[in-house]
Amino acid sequence: MGMTVVEKILANASGAKSVKASDVVEPRVDLAMSHENAALVINQLNEIFQGTNREPKPWDPGRIAIIFDHRVPAEGPKTASNQKLIRGFVARHGITRFHDIRGDRGGICHQILPEWGYVLPGQVIVGTDSHTTSHGALGAFSFGVGATEMASIWTLGVALNIEVPPTIKAAVNGKFSRHVGPKDLILHLIGRLTAKGANFRVLEFHGETIRNMSTSGRLVICNMSVEAGATSGIVPADSETERYLREEAGVTDFGERVSPDADAVYESVVEIDVSGLGPQIACPHTVDNVKPVEAIAGTPIQQVVIGSCTNGRLDDLEAAAAILRGHKVASGTRMLVFPASGRIYAQALERGYVAEFVRAGAVVMNPGCGPCLGVHQGALGDEEVALATTNRNFKGRMGNPKSEVYLCSPAVAAASAVTGVITDPRGGN
Amino acid sequence: MGKVVLKLGKDISTDDIYPGRFMATVLPTETPQYCFFDRTEFNQKLKSKGIEPGGIIVADENFGCGSSREQAASTIRGHGLIVVARGIARIFMQNAINLGLNLVVCPTLEAQEGDELVFESGEVINKTSGRKFATEPLPPARQEIIDAGGLIPYTRRKLLESPPR
Repeated sequence: MGMTVVEKILANASGAKSVKASDVVEPRVDLAMSHENAALVINQLNEIFQGTNREPKPWDPGRIAIIFDHRVPAEGPKTASNQKLIRGFVARHGITRFHDIRGDRGGICHQILPEWGYVLPGQVIVGTDSHTTSHGALGAFSFGVGATEMASIWTLGVALNIEVPPTIKAAVNGKFSRHVGPKDLILHLIGRLTAKGANFRVLEFHGETIRNMSTSGRLVICNMSVEAGATSGIVPADSETERYLREEAGVTDFGERVSPDADAVYESVVEIDVSGLGPQIACPHTVDNVKPVEAIAGTPIQQVVIGSCTNGRLDDLEAAAAILRGHKVASGTRMLVFPASGRIYAQALERGYVAEFVRAGAVVMNPGCGPCLGVHQGALGDEEVALATTNRNFKGRMGNPKSEVYLCSPAVAAASAVTGVITDPRGGN
Repeated sequence: MGKVVLKLGKDISTDDIYPGRFMATVLPTETPQYCFFDRTEFNQKLKSKGIEPGGIIVADENFGCGSSREQAASTIRGHGLIVVARGIARIFMQNAINLGLNLVVCPTLEAQEGDELVFESGEVINKTSGRKFATEPLPPARQEIIDAGGLIPYTRRKLLESPPR
């Protein structure tokens, strides 16, 4: 019986000839990523080792990555102390894939991992963050875990009792219209599948639209696969993956391209033609409440947010800057931009995007998770409405349960910042 | 047996269970104070001990969707509450099992606040309405972890079985 991409990766990582959905495996882990919640992982690691007469230490410091991004620079003493504790652990165990709060090496974990070449096709990646699904963009099986599960992985180097997930195949064809792209595709798909439609399942992406899509775009769709409940999104590695690794991540040894067998068994197949697709918006308070932009155009917004692990890359900033050129952010609307990494920030400076944002009246913030999860900056006031290129719009997500968050692409966000209302970037409003 | 202390709809996110702004608080001993913080009345009741351990949170499909923050599981466990939902999001389910939070998946459950529920093998009985609802087994792969009392003792056992490094 043929295997899907994730089945092949899990078979390889657990030393089995073949596996199928619902088999239970113990895959070795190639990379274990955490952010500030490493503070809890360290606590749970100590718990595991308690009473064992062994010294608590990670199985392989070279396979651990820790990136500070959720609350950078620290918003208060508790976070600052957690970060300090983690720095001590990193130094003690010689963890080299550590990205502290720095303009050169810093950024959001899901940007740093691909950008620094930490993710290779065919690998098993785990992260204490639900958007760890992102790294499927490079052909890896990459999924989110909680802190205790991570402590278990740090102890043993394998993920225990993993049930091989069934796979849904998404076949995506057609050419995007102007001002429509990967964000609109994934919002549309989440709307179709619903927030639980891919729960406990993998979304494997195929079709000419995906083959023609840059790695940056693939990161968008894999990142948000978890919003349909998916364990992981995955794009089988191809020549674009190798181009990205070589040119943007400086990797020369690409690992192995893993492709599904022709007779791989899929639980279901979803077909999407993007040629007729327009800009999509996820309306409050669930990500699957998706509507075409026309349906809610004209809704006043007080805050526009461009950035995050979903849409804070150079092509996103480029699209937004192009729309802002010659315009100003509407009065009564605040626009916040936070690049996904220090490297992207520097590139956006060189290319003049940052100057364009500042000239238009936007506030350009430091790389990090920023306002996305409402813990740090850019909180909303009561009854305020935000339009964001981020990935979640749950009640209270941006720090205030009495506010509303709409999700969209960078093009929609920039066009709407200019008018102060939700706006179709294709014009005609 | 227990009483339904909170009835929730579908797609209850981890932001609802444990708002992001309290994420700097990580230890299971400290997270219970922020349990459903923005549901002010319920949170107050929890803090004033107006809700007994063993109380049941009933929810529709996709309970615990969103973030992987383990605080969402530890905050409920800290109050000794039980979650009975029509469906549970993957990461929340893993976290709950790993921490030993009591979890029941019951796809057709109907219950109101104040109802008395009894758990029998393979079903939930709503004593108040007199109706029975079939439960769905938790993933078999996780049963060993449940039986061990959570992932910490389970991993510790595996560690002790492995040669010292």
